[in-house]
Amino acid sequence: MKRRLAFSLTVAMGALLGFAADAKTLRWSSPTDITTLDPYAHTESFTTSMLHHVFDPLVRRGRNLEIEPALAVSWKTVKPDTWRFELRRNVKFHNGDPFTADDVVASINRNLDPGARARSNIATVTGAQKVDDYTVDITTKGPYPLLLNDLAGVYIMDKKWMEANDSLKPGNIATGVTTAASTTAIGTGPFKIESYKPDAGTVFVVNPNWWDKPQHNLDRIEFKPIKSDATRVAALLSGELDLIAPAPLQDLQRIGSSSGFKVIEEPSLRLIMLSLSFRPELKAMPGQKNPALDLKVRQAMWHAIDFEAIKKRVMRDKSRNTGTLVAPPVPGYSKDNDQTFGYDPEKAKKLLAEAGYPSGFKTKLNCPNDRYINDEQICVAIASMWTKVGIQTELQTESRATYFPRQDRGEFDVSMVGWATLPPMDGFSVLASLLTEQKEGYGGSNSGAYSNPKIEELTRKAAVELDEEKRRAMLVEALKVARDTVAYIPIHQQPVAWAVRDGVEVPQFPDEYVRLWFANVK
Amino acid sequence: MLKVLLSRLGQAALVMLVVSALSFVMFRYVGDPVASMSRENASAEEKAELRRSLGLDQPVVVQYGCFLENTLSGNLGISYRNQRPVTQLIAERLPATLELVFVATVLSLALGIPLGVLCALKPNGAAARLVQALSLIGISTPTFVTGIVLILVFAVSLGWLPSFGRGQVVDLGWWSTGLLTLSGLKALILPGITLALYQLTLIMRLVRAEMIDVLSSDYIRFAKARGLPKRYIHFHLALRNALMPVITVTGLQIGSLIAFAIVTETVFQWPGMGLLFIQAVSFVDIPVMAAYLLFVGLLFVLINTVVDILYAVVDPRLRARSA
Repeated sequence: MKRRLAFSLTVAMGALLGFAADAKTLRWSSPTDITTLDPYAHTESFTTSMLHHVFDPLVRRGRNLEIEPALAVSWKTVKPDTWRFELRRNVKFHNGDPFTADDVVASINRNLDPGARARSNIATVTGAQKVDDYTVDITTKGPYPLLLNDLAGVYIMDKKWMEANDSLKPGNIATGVTTAASTTAIGTGPFKIESYKPDAGTVFVVNPNWWDKPQHNLDRIEFKPIKSDATRVAALLSGELDLIAPAPLQDLQRIGSSSGFKVIEEPSLRLIMLSLSFRPELKAMPGQKNPALDLKVRQAMWHAIDFEAIKKRVMRDKSRNTGTLVAPPVPGYSKDNDQTFGYDPEKAKKLLAEAGYPSGFKTKLNCPNDRYINDEQICVAIASMWTKVGIQTELQTESRATYFPRQDRGEFDVSMVGWATLPPMDGFSVLASLLTEQKEGYGGSNSGAYSNPKIEELTRKAAVELDEEKRRAMLVEALKVARDTVAYIPIHQQPVAWAVRDGVEVPQFPDEYVRLWFANVK
Repeated sequence: MLKVLLSRLGQAALVMLVVSALSFVMFRYVGDPVASMSRENASAEEKAELRRSLGLDQPVVVQYGCFLENTLSGNLGISYRNQRPVTQLIAERLPATLELVFVATVLSLALGIPLGVLCALKPNGAAARLVQALSLIGISTPTFVTGIVLILVFAVSLGWLPSFGRGQVVDLGWWSTGLLTLSGLKALILPGITLALYQLTLIMRLVRAEMIDVLSSDYIRFAKARGLPKRYIHFHLALRNALMPVITVTGLQIGSLIAFAIVTETVFQWPGMGLLFIQAVSFVDIPVMAAYLLFVGLLFVLINTVVDILYAVVDPRLRARSA
């Protein structure tokens, strides 16, 4: 009898263990944490990507980043400024509430609230009206071609839950209002949040009632942020993690050569470039005319940079050099624009002489040292290359916290800019923010005060062009003007590098989002 | 006595005022939160509006006045980063830091005192020389290096201990503790050692110096002459007297352990107040930074005031001087 009991216990335990081994858990880490669970209370792309596991938007990005139906099954423009969305039926929120048009209207209104920090993500949306339980009209300020791009970032929240928890309006720091939504997330997405502990970890469990057919085999995701690069790598190598994203560039070789682990990488959408000053004077040469106003000088500055050397030495061959201001997957990219001027120090010297600066000139170069991959080292390299052709470059690097406010105030001669065209993932964002004059809501990041009448015109036309082919042609044309006039000097696309243990299959995306609803683990 | 007490408290309040003013002025130079709060393609108008809504367009004096008024009424504001009340954020992180500091203090006392005694009793012995040499290394190695080396050895190579985090924690009311679970205790070991190392060497050297001093005093010589057992002389008579300054220093050091836990917490992703502060700095989260600095300032002021008052209680000469 005793023996039989022992035997059945063993069997039971085996079954239990077998079950435990079958439950697929993915443990992963990144240097930043989820800032808040309230989708409209932040503008960080990392938090947006994490919350996508919990919430669904009306339309979402598919495996090739194409826009595909999610909570909306179809849409059409009924008027140039009104889009009608047919909603998916039989969808339930994590708490069991059914999903209807009321939730969409409440979510859009909440996102449009003056207190919502993400309000600017749908700046052209004027409102949402319920047509029936499963049809919603969304109106925009005039015709707006990028509405779907914007809506892909608007996660739909549960109206009933928001009403019950006094969260119909977002939190607002100015007035000191906080809401339950910053620590609770009720969505319709593929995973539910089991626990959320800032800086310690967030646990997601699979939502068995998700409306879509899962392409992943996960039951559970344990996310643990680790700020220190060395510790994050150590935690992967010691078997405490299955995935780290990003993996620090300096450790890629070590991880790749450890057995049982591999590095996956691809170029990201984020383009690194130099912003030039088009102001009357340079800070480095007060009282004199800004040499960079002469096109030949700007061409000389481009020719003087050895991009191949930066790629090989600084980026360890992981970056992709570029000649244009958008990455290949982004609308507005064209191969013809993507030609770099080529490294030619002799030509650079000649151009400088032709422009009337045979012995060069003085400029400052400002860079962040904690924002982009190897930002400081890239600038050190460029400063020495420029100094070689006679452009005496005074380099200053600082933390992002002080760098970006100064850049915004236009305090720099030459400075580093990174641009990923996110969240809309469209070349129009380069035109509207980097290449246009700072007025009428345009030119928000045009810190060098670049201005070109042709681009001004094309930007305003592209903003309301609903014909996608025509619109893209305008973007390409504007980016060609930008290249021909050397509005910015593009350097490279920085890489996305992740590291996984063997047996983990995670697709990588150039927008650096981690989309674990495509992940499979063995 | 009341007069002493009042003057000490008055001084403490003054120090706190200076700390708050200094930290507030400092924030003018750590950057502008608007850049980290707005999205990549925000327009200039959007940023200006955000700045206005946060009151950042007001003169510094006005901002400081508002801050002081709110702080005095117990309102530390809302984090710019995750829009939660700062008091709540700090209350969540406090247990992690205090437990780490507690473990580090216990470790440094438990190892530092016996080692110090060992070095004092046989100052020229091989063991004492070895300990002395090691303590030099301990005192001169930066915390982040110690932390990473410990992680590489005990987590990556040997696989005995976790490399980051607190392990499993148990919630006792609002206090979350890692002392009650095996994984929680294991997670405490490496960061505990890392944080304790400096403190440990300090205590060891202090005990050694004090012991050598005490051992050469008259009453120890008389005790030896009376033929009392060595054990009794060393541990009962000498060590007890040598411990007085050690206790003072340990008390004062707890403040700096809490303040300097920042590096250890960053290396081990320890979800305490230091990590909260580091993240606040990179985001220019002014309310969190201000609250943290005030808290650390308060801690130092509190410890020093208590020590001052205790001294006054113990030593009548101090009372007379201040009167």
